[in-house]
Amino acid sequence: MLDPGFWTFVGLTAGIYAIFALGLQVQYGLAGLLNFGHVASMAIAAYTMAILVVRFGLSEWLAAAFGIGAAVAAGLLVGLTSLRLRADYFAIVTICFSEIVRYVLLNRQDLTGGPEGTIGLLGRGQAAAYNTDWEGLVGRVREMVSSGTGVEVSRDVLMLFLIWLVAAALLLVVRRVSVMPWGRVLRAIREDEEAASSVGKDVFARKLQALALGAAIAGGAGVLYALQFSFFTPDDFEPLVTFFAWVVLILGGAARVSGVPLGALMFGLLFAGTRFFDFWPLSLLDSADRAYLRLIIIGLLLIGLMYYRPQGLLGRRQEMLLE
Amino acid sequence: MAGMSAARPPGRTPRLVPAASQMSELPQLVVDGLVSGAVLAIAAVGVSLVYGILHLVNFAHGDYLTFGAYAGLGVTALGLSLVVATVVAIVATAMLAVGLQLVLWGPVRRRRAGLLSSFITAIGLALVLRHAIFLVVGAGSRAYPVDQFSVERLGPVRVSISQLIAISLSIVAIAVIGLLLARTSIGRSMRAFADNPELAAVAGVDVGRIVLATWLIAGALAGLAGELQGLIQGAFDPNMGWNLLLPIFAAVVLGTIGNAYGALLGGFALGLVMELSTWSVLGGGIPASYKYVVAFLALIVMLLVRPQGLLGRRARAL
Repeated sequence: MLDPGFWTFVGLTAGIYAIFALGLQVQYGLAGLLNFGHVASMAIAAYTMAILVVRFGLSEWLAAAFGIGAAVAAGLLVGLTSLRLRADYFAIVTICFSEIVRYVLLNRQDLTGGPEGTIGLLGRGQAAAYNTDWEGLVGRVREMVSSGTGVEVSRDVLMLFLIWLVAAALLLVVRRVSVMPWGRVLRAIREDEEAASSVGKDVFARKLQALALGAAIAGGAGVLYALQFSFFTPDDFEPLVTFFAWVVLILGGAARVSGVPLGALMFGLLFAGTRFFDFWPLSLLDSADRAYLRLIIIGLLLIGLMYYRPQGLLGRRQEMLLE
Repeated sequence: MAGMSAARPPGRTPRLVPAASQMSELPQLVVDGLVSGAVLAIAAVGVSLVYGILHLVNFAHGDYLTFGAYAGLGVTALGLSLVVATVVAIVATAMLAVGLQLVLWGPVRRRRAGLLSSFITAIGLALVLRHAIFLVVGAGSRAYPVDQFSVERLGPVRVSISQLIAISLSIVAIAVIGLLLARTSIGRSMRAFADNPELAAVAGVDVGRIVLATWLIAGALAGLAGELQGLIQGAFDPNMGWNLLLPIFAAVVLGTIGNAYGALLGGFALGLVMELSTWSVLGGGIPASYKYVVAFLALIVMLLVRPQGLLGRRARAL
């Protein structure tokens, strides 16, 4: 329990989910959009970056920017075709879209490395890496820190610091945006679409912008995910990841921007912290059985939390009740 | 770019198949589509009834199917026949669904949980069920003791024993469910309640009884669908139902959310679309690994063109 590596892992999981869920917060908390395919933005950004670096020799920075751009473009495509649908149908289109993305990533082995993941981007027998420059930079920063202050920081601790720095910066941006006229109009649309459009606000354009901003943030989470874990497969982007982002959002209190990091920390503890369950009598089970038990416990905790505190930690109960 | 053009996906290369054999593929694909569509259809009816009556999107429904498949498997492992296994799969899953209503969904409903918190609760339940099944049976693939290679020839079409069992049991189940909804008083009250809950309650419909009946039917159908899916798939593992969840939802939406007859139609339509997309006449056929992509694309196109679903009225979609 006191192992710092373990807590770093909890913090990294929470940080990436915080950024990812912040994108959903823009789309749902501000604009009321039910995006159930949010993970597609993450997948598209991460894969675009990896493919551009490995196959096309682009610089890692440029590739990351293109990755986020691709996530935004995909978000715009989904929005332009489907935003006029009723909210629940929009939810279905988005989840179908994210599954289409995952199946294509799995099946276009020639382009994506297929089920083996990004390590197979150059085909069998060659391990592909897309983050050599990045790891070099991280190494230099660690040297600078240790020669400057005499403190040795591990790579993961440095990444943890960086990811939460990005999360905090994005949180401030989203909070700022939500009190600006743009955000206020969005919330007005969320409360009463017809009233907003009757005073001349372009409802469709505003929703599309919120969708794109959310996709960009999720794309950023995808890039950070790729940089942190150096390797990923299409199954890292299954629909469950989107659902977990919703869990983060709702644990924090759906309508509050500041609830997101809190929800993410709680989810990180729930998700990563339960990996620690290896004491007696659980130690009698083998590791596969413990993994199943861990997910059973996560499921039970979710059910319990929703039962006793459906509004999340910071939310208002009225938000989550039936009208 | 060289890598991209060098390795085309296997199914994309145009096959040189004579026209006559291309046409003879068709009946086989239709039969395969009807079989997988039938299983989707009976599972989708349950999801649709639950949504129509309880306004609950049950993300754990796929795992009810898995539960049914393993309940049946357990019975065959005792050396009992597939008939007994089917009955047990149906009864046990119906009991599971009713039991979960009593210990989980009933209390959640009494706390007036909204759509989103019920949604998270359902995700939690799905995690619990799926991994509880993993814990009990392990991760390995299992199969029913049915000869997967014994095939009947019916004219131009080859049908496996599993497919024959699946299609005949589905027809029986669909007939029973149709009669139940159309002719019995509980079926009529269920449809009335789904259409207009306030009016039905005023007219003296017993809501508690309807809710239990809904879960009983949805659970029974899930148990049957789970066993049949296990049969036609051959080998299956505890992820089977979870993997089938989105196609089932697609069938529900395709046939208009909350409309039980629509869900049947949606299931068959989706099964046919998935199988027919591999027909070699269509530019060499789409590779079978893309069949869920085809299903989801079909659904998206459908929603864009006709958002109210196959059987919906336009006014309801607004």
